[in-house]
Amino acid sequence: MGKLFDSIRNTQLWKSVFRHGYPDTPRNRTLAVLSNFFLHLHPVKVRRSGIQLSYTWCMGGLTFFLFLIETITGLLLMFYYRPTAELAYQDIFALREHVPIGIMRELHRWSAHMMVITVWLHMYRVFLTGSYKPPREFNWNVGVILLVLTLLLSFTGYLLPWDQLAVWAITVGSNMARATPFLGHEGPGASLISFGGLNFIHAGDDVRFGLLAGRFVGEGALLRFYVLHCVGIPLAAATLMAIHFWRVRKDGGISGPL
Amino acid sequence: MSEQLKHFVDWLMQPTLYFALSVVALVAVLKFRAISTKKSVIIGFFVLGTAFFAWAWSDPNFNKIITKPDNVPIVILLATVIFFSWLSLHRGYINDERKKKGLPTLEGELGKQKVFTWPDLVYTELICMVLFTALLVIWSIKIGAPIEEPAAQARTPNPSKAPWYFLGLQELLVYFDPWIAGVLLPSFIIVGLCAIPYIDVNPKGNGYYTFEERPFAISFFWVGFLLFWVSFVILGTFLRGPNWSFFGPFEYWDLHKLEPMVNIDLSTYFWFDLLGRPKAPSDPLLRELPGIVLLLGYFAVLPVLLQKPLMAKLFDGKREHIVRYHLMMHLLLWFGLIPIKMLLRWTIDLKYIVGIPEWFFNV
Ligand code: HEM
Repeated sequence: MGKLFDSIRNTQLWKSVFRHGYPDTPRNRTLAVLSNFFLHLHPVKVRRSGIQLSYTWCMGGLTFFLFLIETITGLLLMFYYRPTAELAYQDIFALREHVPIGIMRELHRWSAHMMVITVWLHMYRVFLTGSYKPPREFNWNVGVILLVLTLLLSFTGYLLPWDQLAVWAITVGSNMARATPFLGHEGPGASLISFGGLNFIHAGDDVRFGLLAGRFVGEGALLRFYVLHCVGIPLAAATLMAIHFWRVRKDGGISGPL
Repeated sequence: MSEQLKHFVDWLMQPTLYFALSVVALVAVLKFRAISTKKSVIIGFFVLGTAFFAWAWSDPNFNKIITKPDNVPIVILLATVIFFSWLSLHRGYINDERKKKGLPTLEGELGKQKVFTWPDLVYTELICMVLFTALLVIWSIKIGAPIEEPAAQARTPNPSKAPWYFLGLQELLVYFDPWIAGVLLPSFIIVGLCAIPYIDVNPKGNGYYTFEERPFAISFFWVGFLLFWVSFVILGTFLRGPNWSFFGPFEYWDLHKLEPMVNIDLSTYFWFDLLGRPKAPSDPLLRELPGIVLLLGYFAVLPVLLQKPLMAKLFDGKREHIVRYHLMMHLLLWFGLIPIKMLLRWTIDLKYIVGIPEWFFNV
C-alpha cells in the first residue's frame, strides 16, 4: 500500500500538481501551505492560542464554509428555478418531487439560517476578545458590512419560493421602507420634498417602490430580488470576504495578547 | 399539576415579566461570576433545559411552535448563544484570576508556542467542515423546507411575520412607529457597530477573554446582543401570535385573542390631566411642546450634564476624546429610548412622547 502511494507520488502527473513531498517535515509542511493556492490564505505557522476552538469558536471559518455550501447548492437550484410569478412556485414545488437527491433546497435553506447564526456568533466572539481594537478596526468594519450583506442575502432569498410565507414576510419587512424619513411616502419630512406644491415622494416613487419595483411585492420585486440574491450580493460579499481574510493576515493573524 | 405548571410558565413569559426576569438573570450572571462561570452551572442549565423540553414536548401547542421547520434554527440559536456566552465569561474569569496572581492569560500562555498550519490548523478546519456537513445533511433529510400556499396578494396571513432574524425589529413596532423601529434604529445599529472600535479607547483586553478589564464594554454588548436582539428574536418567534398578540408557549393561537389597547399620548396627559384644559392647542408644535422639550433635554442637555463624570470614567478625562464621547452618548441615548419607551408603555400606557401624525413624526 505504502509502495503504491509512493509510486503515485513519483509520477510526473502528481509532481506537476504538488510541488512538495509528504508534509511530515518542517520544510514540506511549509511548502504544503505556501504552494497551495487555497491554503496560502493561511500563514505557515500560527500561534497555538489562535487556533484553539474555545478561542475562535471556529465561527468565522464556518460562516465562510456555509457561504461556499450556499454557492454550490444555490447554483444547482438555479438550474431548476425560473423567477417569474407563474413559474417560481411551481418550480420550487417540483424540486421535492421531480429532482434527484431532492435535498438541495433543504441544504440551501438550513445552511442559510445557520449562516446568519454563525455570523452573529462570530461577531460576538470578535467583540468579546476585543479583536476589533487596533490594528483591526478596519477589518471589524469590513465585517459589519459582511454582516449586513449576509442578512440581505437571506432576506432576498426568502422571497424566491413565492408562497404565502415568502411574500408576506417580505411585505412586512419592506413595509418599513415606507417610513424612511424624507424618502418614504409615509416617512417624516417626505412632504417637505416638494416643488411648487407638487409632492415628489409618493407611493409610486419612494424608496420602497425602488426596492420592489412596484407598490406591492409583485413580479418586479421577484426579479429584482432574484438578481440581487444570485448575482449582486454574492459578488459583493465574495469580494469583501477576500479583503476580510487578507486583512486578518495583514493585521498580524488571529488576535492574541500582545 | 402539569396544567398548573404550564399556566405558570405562560404567565412568566408575558413580555413585562420576561423582560424583567431577563434583566435580573443577566445582572446576576455578570455579577456573580465566581459561581456562574462554573462548569456545573452550564451543565446543570442544559440538563434542566433539556428536561423542560422533554416535558413540554407532548403539549400540542408547544410542540407546534417548536417544530415548525423554520423555527428549528432559533432553538439552535438559543442554545449556542447561551453556551458561548458562558464560555466567554468562563475564560474571562480564569484570565482575570490568573492576572491577579501575576500569571499570563490562557491565550498568552499558549500563544508563546507556534505550530505549523499543516497539520494543526488544516485538520481542525477539516474536522469542523465534515461534522458540519454531516449535521446539515441529516437535518435536510429529516426536515423538509416549508412551502405554503402559492402567493396571494388578497389573503393576508395572520400573523404576518418578517424573516426570523428581523423579528427583533418587528417586536419594536409594538413600541415605535416604523420610521424608528424599521429605519432609524437599524441604521444606528449598523453605524454603532462600525463606530465601536473608534469609541472604545481602552487598550486592554485585546486578544483574550476578560471581564474585569472591560466591564462596561462587555456588559453593554451583553445587554445589546443578548437582551435586546437575541431575546427579542425569541420573543417574536415563539411568543407572538395572531395580531402580534402575546401567547404563552403552551397557549393556543386563538385568532380572536385581542389585547386591550388604550394608549395615550404624552400631550393628552399634559393638557388634560395636568393642566385640566378641555382641549389641546390645535397647532401641533404647541400641542407637542412638552414632549419636544423632554426629547431635547434627553438628547441635547443630558450628554452635556453627564460629560464630566462619564468622560472621567470612560476616557480618563482627556479632552481629545470629546468627539468620541458625544458620538457614544448619541448612540447610547437612542438605544436607551427603547427600554424607556417600553417601561412607559407598561406603566402609564404611553403611546407617543411626541405625536405629530400630520407629519408622520411620532416618537
Ligand atoms: C460573511 C461574514 C464573515 C466571514 C465569512 C468572516 C470570516 C472570518 C474568518 C475566517 C476569520 C478568522 C478568524 C475566525 O475564524 O474567527 C475572521 C476574523 C475576523 N472577523 Fe470575520 N467574518 C465575517 C463577518 C464578520 C463580522 C460580522 C465581523 C464584525 C462585525 C467580523 C470581524 C472580524 C475581525 C475583527 C476578525 C479578526 C479577528 C481576530 O484576529 O481575532 N467578521 N473573519
